[in-house]
Amino acid sequence: MSWKLIESETTKPAKLLFNEPIEYHLTYKLMEEIPVADLFTVNNLWMMIATTMVFIMNLGFATLESGLTRSKNAVNILFKNTIIPAIGLLTYAIVGFNLMYPGAEFAGGFFGFAGFGLDAPEGWDSSNYNAGYTYFTDFLFQAMFAATAATIVSGAVAERVKLGPFITFSILYVAFIYPIVGMWKWGGGFLNTLETPFYDFAGSTIVHSVGGWAALVGAFLLGPRIGKYTPQGMKAIPGHNLAMATIGVFLLWFGWFGFNGGSVLSANPGIVSKVFVTTSISAASGAIGALFISYLKFKTYDITMVLNGILAGLVGITAGADQMSVLDSAFIGLIGGGLVVFGVVFFDKIKIDDPVGAISVHLVGGVWGTLAVGLFGNLAGMDQVISQLIGIGAVGAFCFTTAFLIFFALKKTVGIRVDEKEEIEGLDINEHAMRAYPDFASKD
Amino acid sequence: MKKIEAIIRTSRFDQIHTCISKLGVTFLSFYEIKGMGFEHARLEMYRGVAYEPTYIPRTKLEIVVPDEIVPSVIQCILSEGKTGEVGDGKIFVYDVLEAYRIRNNETGEAAL
Repeated sequence: MSWKLIESETTKPAKLLFNEPIEYHLTYKLMEEIPVADLFTVNNLWMMIATTMVFIMNLGFATLESGLTRSKNAVNILFKNTIIPAIGLLTYAIVGFNLMYPGAEFAGGFFGFAGFGLDAPEGWDSSNYNAGYTYFTDFLFQAMFAATAATIVSGAVAERVKLGPFITFSILYVAFIYPIVGMWKWGGGFLNTLETPFYDFAGSTIVHSVGGWAALVGAFLLGPRIGKYTPQGMKAIPGHNLAMATIGVFLLWFGWFGFNGGSVLSANPGIVSKVFVTTSISAASGAIGALFISYLKFKTYDITMVLNGILAGLVGITAGADQMSVLDSAFIGLIGGGLVVFGVVFFDKIKIDDPVGAISVHLVGGVWGTLAVGLFGNLAGMDQVISQLIGIGAVGAFCFTTAFLIFFALKKTVGIRVDEKEEIEGLDINEHAMRAYPDFASKD
Repeated sequence: MKKIEAIIRTSRFDQIHTCISKLGVTFLSFYEIKGMGFEHARLEMYRGVAYEPTYIPRTKLEIVVPDEIVPSVIQCILSEGKTGEVGDGKIFVYDVLEAYRIRNNETGEAAL
């Protein structure tokens, strides 16, 4: 039933001067029928809004990563975070989309390919293609995910990776590895056809762990930044702009409403609104989890840890955002936020230098979130835990191996690390002949 | 003519400036400096690692004044710049040989 206001009048308008309440006489009339936009248009519109929200996550990564690193490397980080999404979108149009969604004939498989480029099928712009979106919305929403996955790596390898080899790695990884893994689940591949299907709603494993594994391999093969781990112990290398890092995390949190909310793949009011809530509750709990653990461990209120905790909460809820109760999502966030602090400490202990905590957020958080689908919420159960472990293991083995092969081949041929002088002077002036803040003297 | 160089706490600059303005000092320069001294920089923490910043930030004043007001300027800095904690700074006084005003070639104390 819809009511429409057809006329309204107020009495005693002059009394307004004397601060008396106005009596409104509103006349409503029941309308037989009010034309509404059809459901397909509404669905598609939401999917396009979600797409643009995922898009802005790339800016979030750019500001977060540059804020958490030194000013002498800011241009380099911004450059990578600009060029990688650009590459991700282009490769996804050329091969990625058709590798990830090769079609029904490849169901249950490990690999499929539906040909180069984009080719809108018959009825692409109507609900014949999908009830939730057109072909092009479908493509761009997924392409934004690919771009996001690709930018995860750059933070972990920051301040020492050579630009050319890094871009080469990113092209190969986002053009082939990411869509092949995505196909295993979202493209109808073997993880989707397990007896108890592997569940990953918006990509704790399919997106975040994929980036996280490459981050781990990259940081490991590069070695730590000069001066990070010395014979006298570990040294702090503070980021140059924590305000920018904070902006980045809030942009990512904002974008995540599109990342998870769009993964409903329609504007279904119930599921989308619930996903918004689980996403937010988990992010907020992640902040609290990281706050508690970092305070207990370090006795300081460390903003960078709280920021990482928010992201871990977001990564953690991503796998089961539509399957969790509000309380479940609070637990997932709380534990994820705590884990990220232990992760940062652990990777420092084994001397894997990750300037922004990308491995702890995306890999540790991603594995935790994927596993959590088997422990909390509607799908909880032993069968689901096993399926989740199969997914985590298969994706981990494939991503670790391929990332290792690519990085290792680059290391042995062109080298992946800048030379010592260049690293000390900063990548900005040596790789780009530019400075992010030319009016200020650098601290380093 | 004397040149007074003073390394002061940045937080005391306004009080010192007010005091020396009352003496008729209208021309001075000051800038942010980094240095070391008896004071230990406050320990900072970043992602669980404690570290001591390698420098202490201060403000440096450079004032050239006629001889007769030198003691009052120094008194201003001593009284207004003092907190009693380690790290209040230092004052150095130098003879100035010559001074010129670029606009009209005035020299000596007239140029101040």
